Amino acid sequence: MTEELHRITLHVNGIPYEVTVPARRLLSDCLRHDLGLTGTHVGCEHGVCGACTVLVGGVPMRSCLLLAVSVAGERITTVEGLAGPAGELSPVQQAFTECHALQCGFCTPGFLTTITAGLQENPRPTRDEAREMIGGNLCRCTGYQNIVAAVLKAAELAPESDSR
Amino acid sequence: MKPPTFSYRRPSSVEEALGLLAEDGPQAKVLAGGQSLIPLLSMRLAAPGRLVDINSLTELSYVRCDEAGVRVGALARHAEVLADPAVAACQPLLPAALACVAHPTIRNRGTSLGSIVHADPAAELPAVLSLLGGTVIAASTDGRRTIGAAELFAGPLETSLRPDELAVEAFFPACPQLTGTAFEEVSRRHGDYALCGVAALVRLDDDLRIAEARAGYLSMAGTPWVLDLTEPVRGLAYDADLAAAGELAGRLLDPEPDIHATAEYRLQLARVLTARTLRRAARTAAGVMHDD
Repeated sequence: MTEELHRITLHVNGIPYEVTVPARRLLSDCLRHDLGLTGTHVGCEHGVCGACTVLVGGVPMRSCLLLAVSVAGERITTVEGLAGPAGELSPVQQAFTECHALQCGFCTPGFLTTITAGLQENPRPTRDEAREMIGGNLCRCTGYQNIVAAVLKAAELAPESDSR
Repeated sequence: MKPPTFSYRRPSSVEEALGLLAEDGPQAKVLAGGQSLIPLLSMRLAAPGRLVDINSLTELSYVRCDEAGVRVGALARHAEVLADPAVAACQPLLPAALACVAHPTIRNRGTSLGSIVHADPAAELPAVLSLLGGTVIAASTDGRRTIGAAELFAGPLETSLRPDELAVEAFFPACPQLTGTAFEEVSRRHGDYALCGVAALVRLDDDLRIAEARAGYLSMAGTPWVLDLTEPVRGLAYDADLAAAGELAGRLLDPEPDIHATAEYRLQLARVLTARTLRRAARTAAGVMHDD
């Protein structure tokens, strides 16, 4: 049986990409395999680990729990879209390096996207709110202390009107 | 961990969606938020021939409140319902339970009505709908019908919806005067499926004594389980110890053991959470907003 294909446009990090995919293509696989954006990591593939989190319309979602066809036309931000035009680190990325909030780095893309959106919604989180913010992301090497510290540090680093 | 092949349709109106479901209902599955369906597909536990994606049906993306209660359209995301102050004012049990649904990231995409008709025995909203005596409106090319929560949940992951029907709206009755609610669950990790969860409702009489005490349970059976626990606590003061209701619940419930918890542990959780949530509901009903 030949598989039905769908021609869709995804707007990823401000760039429109036209791709032809079967309906069953997960957004995580579409980003990595079809678009070559391998910054989005795939861990558990059933919505538990949070490594594949991307922003859809600015809102964090699990890309392994979305069909690419179902988000056609949406504005998507991956970890590749967080740094500035000249490659300067975003406040969240800067805070991660300063606070040693990553070790192997596998879970990091999901943390960075989640926290970027979380600080948009709540620019001055308390420690408890920072923990709640990352409650859906698993890290197996650093422990969470440094990641929580990075959330608070990023809040300090972010300019008041940061719109990224 | 990749979904099997299926054909995909994305209707742009409810009528078109109903037509597609009428065409090949038994083969088709409705995709809303997909936060439960996509993992089932990826793990090959489900293999529908066709997905009908309702994410373009923005007319179903609503949350409406009036004196009667809260109406939630099929495309309203958990996060939208949770953040709506009118919902919290109308039926505070909804935000209390929604805060326990998975993680914020999942709630950004998952839909409240989708969670109800997915009918996972460990899900929060089916228990809430059952406790409150809420309803679901199902639409098909034959018209619409209203299904009461008691008739809706047929078994684990099974509802009485017909294959050609689309659930378009859930209705949660409002919280009347002198009535309070509370929700609590215990899970192994924050955001995991609960080992036991309890939604409680208490109605007081004019002397602030307990006139009615009921609880809805998740993870205690294949479908949501609602118990009337009024008898052992009727007439007690709003701030009394309600352990007797928890004991009664422990005698009436009959959970199954699984790899996560023994049946006896689940019963112990039910006893404790029942007494605790009923007490909180009673205090809320009396207007005591602060917990002890």
